[in-house]
Amino acid sequence: MTRLLLAQFSDRARFLAAARRLHDAGHRLLDAFTPFPVEEILELLPRRRSHVRVVMFVAGMGMAAIAYGLEYFSAVIDYPYNSGGRPLDAWPAFMLVPFATGILAAAVAGFTALLVATGLPRLHDPLFAVDGFERASQDHFILALEAPLIDDGKHRVIGMLHDIGAARVREIER
Amino acid sequence: MTMAAVADRMEASEVERWTLPSARDFETVNALIAAPLLERGSWSWRVWWIAFVVSLALTSLFLIMIFMVFTRGIGIWGVNTTVVWGFAIADYVWWIGIGNAGTLISAMLLLMRQKWRASTNRFAEAMTLFAATVAGIFPIIHMGRPLYWYWLTPYPNTMHLWPQWRSALIWDFWAILSYILFSIVFWYVGLIPDLATLRDRARTKAPRAIYGALALGWRGSAHHWYVYERLHIALACLGVPLVVSLHSVVGMDFAASLMPGWQETIFPPYFVVGAMYSGFAMVVCLAALVRWGFRMESLITVAHFDVMAKVMLTAAIVMGLSYATEWFNAWYGGDPTDRNLVIFEFTGAYAPMFWIMLVCNVAIPQAFWFSAVRQRIFAVFLISVLINIGMWFERILIIWNTLSHDYTPSVWRLFIPTFWDWVTTFGSLGLFALMYLVFVRLIPVVSMHEVRRLVAQEQTP
Repeated sequence: MTRLLLAQFSDRARFLAAARRLHDAGHRLLDAFTPFPVEEILELLPRRRSHVRVVMFVAGMGMAAIAYGLEYFSAVIDYPYNSGGRPLDAWPAFMLVPFATGILAAAVAGFTALLVATGLPRLHDPLFAVDGFERASQDHFILALEAPLIDDGKHRVIGMLHDIGAARVREIER
Repeated sequence: MTMAAVADRMEASEVERWTLPSARDFETVNALIAAPLLERGSWSWRVWWIAFVVSLALTSLFLIMIFMVFTRGIGIWGVNTTVVWGFAIADYVWWIGIGNAGTLISAMLLLMRQKWRASTNRFAEAMTLFAATVAGIFPIIHMGRPLYWYWLTPYPNTMHLWPQWRSALIWDFWAILSYILFSIVFWYVGLIPDLATLRDRARTKAPRAIYGALALGWRGSAHHWYVYERLHIALACLGVPLVVSLHSVVGMDFAASLMPGWQETIFPPYFVVGAMYSGFAMVVCLAALVRWGFRMESLITVAHFDVMAKVMLTAAIVMGLSYATEWFNAWYGGDPTDRNLVIFEFTGAYAPMFWIMLVCNVAIPQAFWFSAVRQRIFAVFLISVLINIGMWFERILIIWNTLSHDYTPSVWRLFIPTFWDWVTTFGSLGLFALMYLVFVRLIPVVSMHEVRRLVAQEQTP
């Protein structure tokens, strides 16, 4: 359980300005909720890497290898069939199936990796109960930061957020 | 000049922007796109219902046709011992071509950072999904023994048989299967943030629960977006070569044979360009209908039609070049069969259709050289319809000309379409329309989060 301050902005520029000021003042920003990707915010948040593309690459190559292996096994080992002297392992003709299924496997693996990396599906989250959070998927920008433990510091941060132009600041537990 | 034309002109004069001033804040964009889904009462659905009933009727006919094919065999069509492929295969190639374009447009434009894709990609991808689904039906019903379709798959069986991996038809099976499933993943990933928006905007319980479940609990956190973006771009990178390979394989279904007019190395790229061409034409038709039906004038602007017309013009020129290359090769190769086939194309029994094809695909789109044509939505729409008709004739003539005019004159025969041939073609249009109508009623036709981002980018140039 951490105590969070959620600062809600109706304007992207103010939201970014607030994030930069808090970050420079040494506050710990935890997350941001925005209606579309805002790349600038990533460098101010704790760095979390994603291995989505590595997973996709491995799955794609793995599936392609399996598909080629199956073709090789069936055409060369299990059912060798001499059709006009054509080579049994006709690799140029065998390329399409590994290619297509490999891409499909990469896509499915990428989607699965997205779910794992984001922790979805997660239909219930305490954040959804916060009044005004529904605007994060529509037109508002919400910044989540660790609430200072001392009341004095907390009030100072809240005042600062209001000065920059936060429409609302709330404290929640998550 | 009418008032509407004057207004269109004014809209088009504002260059470098892909939205109109009336839709340049987030809430307006959300409301515009979500209202037809969430506040249905305030919308008139009369036209939708009429279209729904018509497409439902055509779909029923299509199902009856499938029943007839399954019970009586493919003899109900006009196929004969010489022209063994007919409308079903032509329709297949036509639909898969249209099905190519959505992902191609969406993925390629994403990789090329074309901002204008934001308001077109969703309904283009939906078009892909439904067109590819319709296309997938044709090879199965054309099999003659459709109950054995699963022989295409490699599975351990008591006959100890395996698929023939050297066959272009087997490649076709895997290419279509992979492509349809891939398109579903690509489409759904792009849809998740919009489903979350619908969940948060819904005021009644059922839509909130359904959209909420489909949104998987998307919160739009910075980490969500970061992973999402990486996945989406990676999928686009994979989608482009997959699309190109898919229609190349369809081209190879023909090119891998020994028939005059088919056995040509130009076929794979020529099919890919043709697919992009007819797909773009279909996207333009759907864009015009969506714009009109959902009053999206501020998001799908004249500038969109202008740029899509330019793409179609390029494709028309490439198509013309491809046709000319075929004729040149027939003459230059010196094989009498190939030369006679070209003469048959221009003067034989199917010549009127061949001329219609050339006029629709190559001649008429040259009108897009003129910005006055490109910036009249009705003109672009009309030419796109003609391109789709021309491309359908191209698909049917690729099959008819070659099969009707084979090496041996004694087997030459013509294809005369039957009632069931027409049902096959128009029924498939009905099925596509039916799926599309259901889509526009349940899912945002334009990507809300991508348009929001576009609006934000345009605010801070």
